[in-house]
Amino acid sequence: MSEAVRLRPSRARPSFERERADGDGESIGRPQGASSTLRGGGGNGLGPTPAESPERGGESRLDLLLVADMVEPGSRVLDVGCGDGALLALLRDRRQVDGRGIEISRENVSRCLAKGLPVIQGDADTDLADYPNDAFDYVILSQTIQATRQPRAVLENLLRIGQRAIVSFPNFGHWRIRYDIGLRGRMPTTENLPHSWYETPNIHFCTIRDFVGLCRDIGAKMEKAIALNAGGQPVRVTMPWWVWNLFGEQAVFLLRRR
Amino acid sequence: MAQLQPVATEPLNQADDPSSPVERFGTDEPLPLDAGAVLAPWQIAYQSYGTLNAARSNAVLVCHALTGDQHVANAHPVTGKPGWWDTLVGPDLPLDTERYFVICANVVGGCMGTTGPASTNPETGRPWGTDFPLVTIRDMVRSQAMLLDRLGIESLFCVIGGSMGGMQVLQWAASYPDRVFAAMPVATGARHSAQNIAFHEVGRQAVMADPDWRGGRYYEHGVRPRKGLAVARMGGHITYLSETALHRKFGRRFQDREAPTFTFDADFQIESYLRHQGITFVERFDANSYLYVTRAMDYFELAADYGGVLAEAFRGTKTRFCLISFTSDWLFPTRDSRATMHALNAAGASVGFVEIESDKGHDAFLLDEPGMFTAVRGFLDAAARARGIA
Repeated sequence: MSEAVRLRPSRARPSFERERADGDGESIGRPQGASSTLRGGGGNGLGPTPAESPERGGESRLDLLLVADMVEPGSRVLDVGCGDGALLALLRDRRQVDGRGIEISRENVSRCLAKGLPVIQGDADTDLADYPNDAFDYVILSQTIQATRQPRAVLENLLRIGQRAIVSFPNFGHWRIRYDIGLRGRMPTTENLPHSWYETPNIHFCTIRDFVGLCRDIGAKMEKAIALNAGGQPVRVTMPWWVWNLFGEQAVFLLRRR
Repeated sequence: MAQLQPVATEPLNQADDPSSPVERFGTDEPLPLDAGAVLAPWQIAYQSYGTLNAARSNAVLVCHALTGDQHVANAHPVTGKPGWWDTLVGPDLPLDTERYFVICANVVGGCMGTTGPASTNPETGRPWGTDFPLVTIRDMVRSQAMLLDRLGIESLFCVIGGSMGGMQVLQWAASYPDRVFAAMPVATGARHSAQNIAFHEVGRQAVMADPDWRGGRYYEHGVRPRKGLAVARMGGHITYLSETALHRKFGRRFQDREAPTFTFDADFQIESYLRHQGITFVERFDANSYLYVTRAMDYFELAADYGGVLAEAFRGTKTRFCLISFTSDWLFPTRDSRATMHALNAAGASVGFVEIESDKGHDAFLLDEPGMFTAVRGFLDAAARARGIA
């Protein structure tokens, strides 16, 4: 699913942490010990590090950087649906993370192994149950939850296995999608969600508000939430939830077990 | 079984004087066995490829499977056939002998120069036969560790092997975690399944039912249980393949004939193939070794030494693992590798795992499988970088 997200690198240092949610009464606090959403100095810039693989090209995807900046240096991370290992390599090389990955594609697993990344071939729906409690500081699920059969069980597993979970997903409440369904009466296809309804792997779409509701249902504490518009720009923090839900094309949540 | 005609040539006696390097250990360096017995004196035959670097950091131990031996990448001294893993081990191959020092030793209980039932019992001057003590996978690994001590190799860059070789890899990682930088168990499991024990038992019974077995003392009677061992091999060989591969290779095709003969002759190609497998195997393998080595596999259950919890076998390990399985392998199916993987994950180990798509069954690990080659090369390259091997 990593192909679904091609956010243009725009600003290296967006600042859009939400202090407080409206409406739902959800409180989104700062992460412990963190002074800002995006930490670190020049090391978080967009330039490649020597250890990055050639196919990554000369730029790090903004969404990877956003997620990487939520991870404390030196921590233990499980990346579920890690693709070709771009995020794991970034975390290892820039944040000294002890990272592991699960990936469903055999070819991607081989690519990861060749990068020295410990990645196993597996399926988020079936294999997370076998991981012990508290095995990781962070479990990352990037652009994958909408393709799982049981998103709730997956999310609960993430928060069982890791102290924190970082989940990013496409927002089905985005205005373009509402337009397609509401006015055109068609299932939406966008640049980020290019599949037709009959061939999409995405079987459990949700909106940002839906996801917030699920987090509340399973007792997950939202430490941070970021919404990005269609251009990959963060939606202004001062905006209320309904604006996020309308103009955020992607969302990234940092969750913590209560 | 009238078609299983013995071939005239006797195998060379590799048991005592192998045509490969051999290290001999005297009574002052005994090999203690799990069964309680002690082998002394004993010997271990091995083969090596490439050069040990100055830092002694590039040694790779290859562990062979049930009917394999140390001749990984050279012509076999008895059959003249190419090495059993010469697709993987050699210059510029995934296990690059220009870069790594590759060692493979014949297992204890084997018949290619490491002490086993066909070796001469020093107390009697006659072959051990079934007086030879039962051996385990851990005994095999212990003997390999003593060989490496003798060769001055303290730490292995990698231990790799498939099937029973993979069992040894897991045992190495559990018994000597500080001596194993990287481990690649291929098409294997951390324990032998009931079904696999069952197949082995059929094979052993076939050997022992052959009147020429003579209670395991056939050496002294100038005979060998050829038919029994051939049948054991035929049965075993089926378990190394897959239904799809059998159908693809042979189908229901007839062998050199247009119609059935209405006899018990080998009408079908698959029959002819299996008979050939059985006959050729007998020429290079000792029947008693087959009993001992299959038994060693049966006894293998790594978790049993760790309170029944497999993860405990790998607690605190620094070894980086890469597991490989094959989709059509029903002898060591992917779920066996997954069970090992889950234990390694629970132990916090660094573990990669890839399941290779193949219809060739268990034997896939010995065959031309580009997916496996890619995984081995990639994993080893990355591990070599981490270890500073040029």
